[in-house]
Amino acid sequence: MPTHERPLSPHLQVYKLHRKIAPALSISHRITGMLMFCLGTLFVILWLGAAAYGPESFATAQALFASPLGYLVLFGWTVVLFYHMTNGIRHLVWDTGCQVSIAGVRRTGLTMLAAVVALTALVWIVGLAVAL
Amino acid sequence: MSSAKGNTMRSALGVARGRGSAKTGAADHWFAERIGGIALVPLALWFIFGAVIGNQGVDHATFQAWMGQPLNATLMILFILAAFHHGALGAIVVQEDYIHAPAVKHVTVLLTKLFAIAGALFGTVCVLTLAFGG
Repeated sequence: MPTHERPLSPHLQVYKLHRKIAPALSISHRITGMLMFCLGTLFVILWLGAAAYGPESFATAQALFASPLGYLVLFGWTVVLFYHMTNGIRHLVWDTGCQVSIAGVRRTGLTMLAAVVALTALVWIVGLAVAL
Repeated sequence: MSSAKGNTMRSALGVARGRGSAKTGAADHWFAERIGGIALVPLALWFIFGAVIGNQGVDHATFQAWMGQPLNATLMILFILAAFHHGALGAIVVQEDYIHAPAVKHVTVLLTKLFAIAGALFGTVCVLTLAFGG
Protein backbone atom coordinates (compact mmCIF):
# COMPACT_ATOMS: atom_id res chain seq x y z
CA MET A 1 0.00 0.00 0.00
CA PRO A 2 1.57 3.31 -1.03
CA THR A 3 1.90 5.91 1.70
CA HIS A 4 -0.06 9.03 0.76
CA GLU A 5 0.23 12.35 2.50
CA ARG A 6 -2.48 12.40 5.15
CA PRO A 7 -4.71 15.53 5.41
CA LEU A 8 -3.80 17.85 8.26
CA SER A 9 -5.94 20.18 10.39
CA PRO A 10 -5.86 23.87 9.46
CA HIS A 11 -2.75 25.17 11.23
CA LEU A 12 -2.08 28.71 12.45
CA GLN A 13 1.72 28.83 12.75
CA VAL A 14 3.23 26.86 9.86
CA TYR A 15 1.62 28.74 6.93
CA LYS A 16 2.12 32.32 5.77
CA LEU A 17 -1.58 33.16 6.08
CA HIS A 18 -1.19 36.75 4.89
CA ARG A 19 0.19 35.54 1.53
CA LYS A 20 -2.01 32.56 0.77
CA ILE A 21 -5.79 32.72 0.32
CA ALA A 22 -6.52 28.98 0.77
CA PRO A 23 -5.20 28.45 4.34
CA ALA A 24 -6.61 31.83 5.43
CA LEU A 25 -10.07 30.85 4.17
CA SER A 26 -9.69 27.40 5.74
CA ILE A 27 -8.86 28.54 9.27
CA SER A 28 -11.53 31.27 8.97
CA HIS A 29 -14.14 28.52 8.60
CA ARG A 30 -13.18 27.16 12.01
CA ILE A 31 -12.94 30.63 13.58
CA THR A 32 -16.39 31.69 12.27
CA GLY A 33 -17.84 28.34 13.38
CA MET A 34 -16.49 28.76 16.91
CA LEU A 35 -17.73 32.38 16.95
CA MET A 36 -21.27 31.30 15.98
CA PHE A 37 -21.27 28.50 18.58
CA CYS A 38 -19.72 30.43 21.51
CA LEU A 39 -21.13 33.94 20.87
CA GLY A 40 -23.70 33.89 18.04
CA THR A 41 -25.99 31.44 19.84
CA LEU A 42 -25.97 33.67 22.94
CA PHE A 43 -27.61 36.55 21.02
CA VAL A 44 -30.36 34.19 19.80
CA ILE A 45 -30.88 32.92 23.37
CA LEU A 46 -30.83 36.51 24.71
CA TRP A 47 -33.60 37.53 22.28
CA LEU A 48 -35.81 34.47 22.90
CA GLY A 49 -35.13 34.53 26.65
CA ALA A 50 -36.06 38.21 26.90
CA ALA A 51 -39.34 37.45 25.12
CA ALA A 52 -40.10 34.50 27.41
CA TYR A 53 -39.54 36.62 30.53
CA GLY A 54 -42.17 39.19 29.55
CA PRO A 55 -42.94 42.54 27.85
CA GLU A 56 -40.43 44.67 29.83
CA SER A 57 -37.37 42.52 29.14
CA PHE A 58 -38.45 42.01 25.50
CA ALA A 59 -38.78 45.78 24.97
CA THR A 60 -35.26 46.20 26.40
CA ALA A 61 -33.86 43.53 24.07
CA GLN A 62 -35.62 44.97 21.01
CA ALA A 63 -34.26 48.47 21.85
CA LEU A 64 -30.77 46.99 22.42
CA PHE A 65 -30.70 45.30 19.01
CA ALA A 66 -32.09 48.47 17.31
CA SER A 67 -29.29 50.66 18.82
CA PRO A 68 -26.12 51.52 16.82
CA LEU A 69 -24.09 48.98 18.84
CA GLY A 70 -26.87 46.42 18.33
CA TYR A 71 -26.79 46.99 14.56
CA LEU A 72 -22.99 46.55 14.61
CA VAL A 73 -23.36 43.24 16.48
CA LEU A 74 -26.11 42.07 14.08
CA PHE A 75 -24.00 43.08 11.06
CA GLY A 76 -21.05 41.06 12.39
CA TRP A 77 -23.43 38.17 13.14
CA THR A 78 -24.69 38.11 9.53
CA VAL A 79 -21.17 38.31 8.01
CA VAL A 80 -19.86 35.50 10.25
CA LEU A 81 -22.93 33.33 9.61
CA PHE A 82 -22.87 33.80 5.82
CA TYR A 83 -19.13 33.12 5.71
CA HIS A 84 -19.56 29.83 7.59
CA MET A 85 -22.70 28.91 5.58
CA THR A 86 -21.26 29.52 2.10
CA ASN A 87 -17.86 28.05 2.98
CA GLY A 88 -19.71 25.07 4.46
CA ILE A 89 -21.44 24.57 1.09
CA ARG A 90 -17.95 24.78 -0.47
CA HIS A 91 -16.86 21.95 1.85
CA LEU A 92 -19.94 19.91 0.79
CA VAL A 93 -18.90 20.37 -2.86
CA TRP A 94 -15.41 19.08 -1.98
CA ASP A 95 -17.01 16.12 -0.15
CA THR A 96 -18.47 15.00 -3.52
CA GLY A 97 -14.94 15.06 -5.00
CA CYS A 98 -15.51 18.14 -7.18
CA GLN A 99 -13.24 21.20 -7.32
CA VAL A 100 -10.45 19.43 -5.40
CA SER A 101 -7.50 21.17 -7.08
CA ILE A 102 -5.39 24.30 -6.62
CA ALA A 103 -7.43 26.10 -9.28
CA GLY A 104 -10.68 24.77 -7.80
CA VAL A 105 -9.74 25.99 -4.33
CA ARG A 106 -9.05 29.50 -5.64
CA ARG A 107 -12.12 29.56 -7.89
CA THR A 108 -14.56 28.35 -5.22
CA GLY A 109 -12.88 30.57 -2.61
CA LEU A 110 -13.44 33.74 -4.64
CA THR A 111 -17.01 32.64 -5.50
CA MET A 112 -17.68 32.03 -1.82
CA LEU A 113 -16.38 35.50 -0.82
CA ALA A 114 -18.58 37.13 -3.49
CA ALA A 115 -21.58 35.18 -2.16
CA VAL A 116 -20.87 36.40 1.39
CA VAL A 117 -20.87 40.03 0.21
CA ALA A 118 -24.03 39.52 -1.87
CA LEU A 119 -25.98 37.71 0.88
CA THR A 120 -24.95 40.23 3.56
CA ALA A 121 -25.96 43.12 1.28
CA LEU A 122 -29.29 41.42 0.47
CA VAL A 123 -30.14 40.87 4.16
CA TRP A 124 -29.37 44.47 5.10
CA ILE A 125 -31.19 45.98 2.11
CA VAL A 126 -34.29 43.88 2.88
CA GLY A 127 -33.93 44.41 6.63
CA LEU A 128 -33.55 48.20 6.42
CA ALA A 129 -36.33 48.43 3.81
CA VAL A 130 -38.71 46.69 6.22
CA ALA A 131 -37.54 48.83 9.15
CA LEU A 132 -37.87 52.22 7.43
CA MET B 1 5.33 -3.37 13.28
CA SER B 2 5.09 -2.33 9.65
CA SER B 3 1.33 -2.79 9.44
CA ALA B 4 0.87 0.44 7.51
CA LYS B 5 3.34 -0.80 4.86
CA GLY B 6 1.20 -3.78 3.91
CA ASN B 7 2.66 -6.81 5.75
CA THR B 8 -0.73 -7.46 7.29
CA MET B 9 -4.06 -9.07 6.57
CA ARG B 10 -5.92 -6.08 8.02
CA SER B 11 -7.61 -3.77 5.54
CA ALA B 12 -6.30 -0.24 5.02
CA LEU B 13 -9.48 1.10 6.64
CA GLY B 14 -9.03 -1.20 9.65
CA VAL B 15 -5.48 0.07 10.13
CA ALA B 16 -6.52 3.72 9.77
CA ARG B 17 -9.50 3.56 12.20
CA GLY B 18 -8.76 5.17 15.55
CA ARG B 19 -5.55 6.83 14.35
CA GLY B 20 -7.09 10.31 13.96
CA SER B 21 -7.07 12.99 16.65
CA ALA B 22 -10.50 11.80 17.87
CA LYS B 23 -8.91 8.36 18.67
CA THR B 24 -12.07 6.64 17.47
CA GLY B 25 -13.97 5.88 14.29
CA ALA B 26 -15.16 9.31 13.18
CA ALA B 27 -17.48 8.52 10.25
CA ASP B 28 -20.72 8.96 12.24
CA HIS B 29 -19.52 12.24 13.77
CA TRP B 30 -18.41 13.46 10.32
CA PHE B 31 -21.75 12.52 8.74
CA ALA B 32 -23.90 13.99 11.52
CA GLU B 33 -21.98 17.28 11.31
CA ARG B 34 -22.79 17.52 7.59
CA ILE B 35 -26.47 16.54 7.97
CA GLY B 36 -26.87 19.28 10.60
CA GLY B 37 -25.03 21.76 8.38
CA ILE B 38 -27.30 21.05 5.40
CA ALA B 39 -30.40 21.42 7.60
CA LEU B 40 -29.10 24.73 8.95
CA VAL B 41 -28.90 26.38 5.50
CA PRO B 42 -32.71 26.76 5.07
CA LEU B 43 -33.29 27.06 8.85
CA ALA B 44 -30.79 29.93 9.28
CA LEU B 45 -32.18 31.74 6.20
CA TRP B 46 -35.71 31.38 7.66
CA PHE B 47 -34.43 32.66 11.03
CA ILE B 48 -32.88 35.78 9.48
CA PHE B 49 -35.58 36.69 6.95
CA GLY B 50 -38.67 35.25 8.66
CA ALA B 51 -38.00 35.50 12.39
CA VAL B 52 -35.64 38.49 12.80
CA ILE B 53 -36.47 40.82 9.89
CA GLY B 54 -40.17 39.89 10.07
CA ASN B 55 -40.29 40.81 13.76
CA GLN B 56 -38.23 44.02 13.69
CA GLY B 57 -39.39 46.44 16.37
CA VAL B 58 -42.58 44.51 17.20
CA ASP B 59 -44.01 44.56 20.74
CA HIS B 60 -44.26 41.55 23.04
CA ALA B 61 -47.88 40.69 22.21
CA THR B 62 -47.17 40.61 18.47
CA PHE B 63 -44.08 38.45 18.94
CA GLN B 64 -45.96 36.08 21.23
CA ALA B 65 -48.79 35.74 18.69
CA TRP B 66 -46.20 35.04 15.96
CA MET B 67 -44.51 32.35 18.07
CA GLY B 68 -47.94 30.92 18.90
CA GLN B 69 -48.28 29.76 15.30
CA PRO B 70 -47.25 26.06 15.37
CA LEU B 71 -45.09 26.27 12.22
CA ASN B 72 -43.06 29.20 13.59
CA ALA B 73 -42.50 27.51 16.98
CA THR B 74 -41.52 24.25 15.26
CA LEU B 75 -39.03 25.91 12.89
CA MET B 76 -37.54 27.92 15.77
CA ILE B 77 -37.02 24.80 17.92
CA LEU B 78 -35.57 22.93 14.91
CA PHE B 79 -33.19 25.85 14.30
CA ILE B 80 -32.09 25.89 17.97
CA LEU B 81 -31.53 22.11 18.14
CA ALA B 82 -29.71 21.94 14.80
CA ALA B 83 -27.51 24.96 15.62
CA PHE B 84 -26.38 23.68 19.03
CA HIS B 85 -25.91 20.09 17.77
CA HIS B 86 -23.92 21.10 14.68
CA GLY B 87 -21.97 23.67 16.72
CA ALA B 88 -21.03 21.16 19.41
CA LEU B 89 -19.90 18.56 16.83
CA GLY B 90 -17.72 21.14 15.06
CA ALA B 91 -16.30 22.61 18.27
CA ILE B 92 -15.36 19.12 19.54
CA VAL B 93 -13.42 18.38 16.31
CA VAL B 94 -11.52 21.66 16.69
CA GLN B 95 -10.62 20.79 20.29
CA GLU B 96 -9.52 17.26 19.33
CA ASP B 97 -7.18 18.77 16.74
CA TYR B 98 -5.61 21.54 18.80
CA ILE B 99 -5.74 20.51 22.49
CA HIS B 100 -3.00 17.93 23.01
CA ALA B 101 -3.22 17.36 26.80
CA PRO B 102 -5.81 14.53 27.14
CA ALA B 103 -7.07 15.66 30.57
CA VAL B 104 -7.68 19.23 29.39
CA LYS B 105 -9.31 18.00 26.16
CA HIS B 106 -11.73 15.68 28.00
CA VAL B 107 -12.81 18.53 30.29
CA THR B 108 -13.34 21.07 27.48
CA VAL B 109 -15.24 18.52 25.34
CA LEU B 110 -17.49 17.75 28.33
CA LEU B 111 -18.06 21.48 28.94
CA THR B 112 -18.88 21.91 25.23
CA LYS B 113 -21.55 19.21 25.43
CA LEU B 114 -22.98 20.72 28.63
CA PHE B 115 -23.12 24.18 27.02
CA ALA B 116 -24.87 22.81 23.93
CA ILE B 117 -27.44 20.78 25.90
CA ALA B 118 -28.17 23.64 28.32
CA GLY B 119 -28.42 26.24 25.53
CA ALA B 120 -30.65 24.09 23.34
CA LEU B 121 -32.90 23.19 26.26
CA PHE B 122 -33.22 26.78 27.51
CA GLY B 123 -33.97 28.06 24.00
CA THR B 124 -36.62 25.37 23.49
CA VAL B 125 -38.26 26.12 26.86
CA CYS B 126 -38.32 29.85 25.97
CA VAL B 127 -40.06 29.12 22.66
CA LEU B 128 -42.64 26.84 24.33
CA THR B 129 -43.24 29.35 27.15
CA LEU B 130 -44.02 32.01 24.54
CA ALA B 131 -46.02 29.73 22.27
CA PHE B 132 -48.23 28.46 25.10
CA GLY B 133 -48.72 31.99 26.41
CA GLY B 134 -46.88 31.67 29.74
